[in-house]
Amino acid sequence: MSPTPSLDPRLPEGPVATAWQRCRESLPLISPNRKQRLRILVVGSGLSGAAAAASLAEQGYRVQVLTYHDSPRRAHSVAAQGGINAARNYANDGDSVERLFRDTVRGGDFRAREAGCHRLAEISGSIIDQCVAQGVPFAREYCGTLANRSFGGALVSRTFYARGQTGQQLLYGAYQAMVRQVAAGRVELLCRRDMLDLIVHDGVARGVVCRHQISGALEVLSADAVLLATGGYSNVFYLSTNALKSNATAIWQAHRRGACFANPCFTQIHPTCIPSGDVHQSKLTLMSESLRNDGRIWLPLRPGDDRPPAAIPAAERDYFLERQYPSYGNLVPRDLASRRARELCLEGRGVGPGGRSVYLDLAEAIARDGTTAIEARYGNLLEMYERITGDDPRTTPMRIYPAPHYTMGGLWVDYHLMSTVPGLFVLGEANFSEHGANRLGASALMQALADGYFIAPATVTGWLAGTTTGTLPADHPACREALAAVESRMEALRGTGGSQPVDVFHRRLGHLMIDACGISRRADRLTEALAELEALRLGFLGEVCIPGDEGVLDGELAKALRLEDFFGLADLMLRDALARQESCGAHFREDHQTPAGEALRDDERFAHIAAWEHRPGSTPVRHSEPLVFRSITPGPRSYG
Amino acid sequence: MPTVSLTLRIWRQAGPGMPGGFEVHGLDAVSTDLSLLEALDLLNERLIAPGGRPVGFEHDCREGICGSCGFLVNGQAQGPQSATSVCQLYLRQFRDGEVLTLEPFRARSFPVLQDLAVDRSAFDRIIAAGGYCSINTGSAPEANALLIAREQAAQAFDAAACIGCGACVASCRNASASLFVAAKLAHLGQLPQGQPERPHRARALQAQMVSEGFGSCSSNLECEAACPKQISADWISWMHRESWRRT
Repeated sequence: MSPTPSLDPRLPEGPVATAWQRCRESLPLISPNRKQRLRILVVGSGLSGAAAAASLAEQGYRVQVLTYHDSPRRAHSVAAQGGINAARNYANDGDSVERLFRDTVRGGDFRAREAGCHRLAEISGSIIDQCVAQGVPFAREYCGTLANRSFGGALVSRTFYARGQTGQQLLYGAYQAMVRQVAAGRVELLCRRDMLDLIVHDGVARGVVCRHQISGALEVLSADAVLLATGGYSNVFYLSTNALKSNATAIWQAHRRGACFANPCFTQIHPTCIPSGDVHQSKLTLMSESLRNDGRIWLPLRPGDDRPPAAIPAAERDYFLERQYPSYGNLVPRDLASRRARELCLEGRGVGPGGRSVYLDLAEAIARDGTTAIEARYGNLLEMYERITGDDPRTTPMRIYPAPHYTMGGLWVDYHLMSTVPGLFVLGEANFSEHGANRLGASALMQALADGYFIAPATVTGWLAGTTTGTLPADHPACREALAAVESRMEALRGTGGSQPVDVFHRRLGHLMIDACGISRRADRLTEALAELEALRLGFLGEVCIPGDEGVLDGELAKALRLEDFFGLADLMLRDALARQESCGAHFREDHQTPAGEALRDDERFAHIAAWEHRPGSTPVRHSEPLVFRSITPGPRSYG
Repeated sequence: MPTVSLTLRIWRQAGPGMPGGFEVHGLDAVSTDLSLLEALDLLNERLIAPGGRPVGFEHDCREGICGSCGFLVNGQAQGPQSATSVCQLYLRQFRDGEVLTLEPFRARSFPVLQDLAVDRSAFDRIIAAGGYCSINTGSAPEANALLIAREQAAQAFDAAACIGCGACVASCRNASASLFVAAKLAHLGQLPQGQPERPHRARALQAQMVSEGFGSCSSNLECEAACPKQISADWISWMHRESWRRT
């Protein structure tokens, strides 16, 4: 049996407010000459990956960037709409580093480290400086200063934004900084590659095995440090707001090679998405939550009432959020809005195809303010809805339903963003870090860029300075072993002799996971789901069909490799959701709630980070890292 | 649920530089709530089951922002609906019984990789030639030290919205990348941050565009019509004026 991994978070001693400063100053440095000889591999080219690659290359390292996209600019960070938080107090409304820090810890329902959250709040301002200097066209006031808005129920206006395309503009800033280093010869771009395994030698990460999507060739890439910036795993649910190729393979394979996986069951659901209709629908598109400011959410009172919405008189409508939450009404927090909608749809009250949606009705706001005013407020959202559904939201209620959106869980990292495999760093959504059990709106971009521009460049240097390194030759036994492992996985998938496309199984996996481990979880259902999942996985391994797949763009083999890893991760999510016998943040256990239906957190037993260790051929082992709160006393999550 | 039956004439080409040709597939009574890409997914599932090769096409976010997708639908880059990439093009836009010819973007600088997918890495090399502000991490001044009028920021944004899909190139009879290049120059050139490198950037990006084999602007304005982000071709005139700037 392998030794228990070290879960020392390496938190700096002393006061949390100056911890990052002290940590940075204590890290050893590396001479410019030596940096030129050190090779760093960055997997993923989204916000955290591109930012880290650019920043490390600027310091003089030789960086290789791996992405499965045709261009680094396609990474899914590009789709983030809302904005990015920073504690600048430009609005003079009382914001500060301390307040953003406290909001992050509280928003995460006391399941994240204080020191990490504080560092994030401290760095947030420098991110805005950096992005503005790159030419990111943030929204401006008439006087020329940066504009801010309040987002996701925050009491202060600390969100910077670039129309509804903030992620796109921030990503292009990081991408441009990175290709500048390509031109300078310090970054090498390796596009259209899927990372399929991590090379570990003497317990240290030394490189990866990847597959070129078109040629099918397997490549060994060796480096002095490996950074995973590969995003989240919402696609385990099949239908989500994530891009279709977003996958968990890099982090899952790293997990199998020794990196602990933290809080896999912490996944966030967004209440206002365009619902699924046809079985072949491939994704759920997010609609900004701001629509809930003017839209009233309702369902017909009578189950199975299939009259068109306009034909249903007010007396026969159930404005269920307004009924259940008279003070907050349609503006209740995301998780409550999502849960209530799901419950009613399960009771057969839902509308639309399969009864899987609720109405969000702008009629009253349009009658009050006029179509022009509402169009000005939500213009592009209304057009997007109309393009996708064919319905005009100005004249008929929109149909919405909650959808998986973001994963707080991810590979466990210490304060230095290093996983339990030395030399393997994990950045952005791929790590579990600072969002605890629930992420605040507009904080994902902040965390990804904090990791990429500022934290990893400091801590990776600190680690490299203290180790003797040197890349492995491609024929090194550790490289050959990893290569052989990938080949045998591919052979096994090719040899099933089945006749079903990969997506058939992915859809089934998604149905199971959204039902058992989505908005709401229950011990008995989770236990059942573990058995159903195993049956499904065996079905996949026996019946999937991989045609002669070499030289196929986005072929079945690539999809099957990703799906196999989603099956592994789904199992761990179910186990984690079962083991965490409390409700906290986005993790709602029906068997742990107050009589009023509110989440019941258990700080006595669960004020910790769950970190799962992979045991080959055996069930995974749950370890825990206790969370200590010195600056903020854990209290109930309040929606004031 | 309303449905539509379509005939798809799809360009099939196994790999770069290989011979290709059209293949015809029927889709009967498919939901009009599917996007064109979802219809291709459906077709691919049918091709795969008997061991066939699926139709290769680029895609990812499927909400019109990543810029991965794009091919010709009946000769139009990104299809017939204005301001819409093919991932946001739904089957209700087509008539029952319609024949859709799907081809890859045709341009020498975008070699066909497979079926409907082309290699657009030339765009990355154009940006690498100077499509940035040369600022290292950590050396940025305080963000509000730089005042930028709201209108100016909005105009820079209009140009910065380009998703790099390549529809402008595919719709141009000279296969020019002028709109793509102009959009990047106009994004950075209108902001104070972009001023120090402005003349160099204008020359470097256009030189790279030429060396990648893109043609010169055909003045047809097809690029503007095809652009899913509605980027104005006025920026091309703006770019040409940039070439004469000395500072």
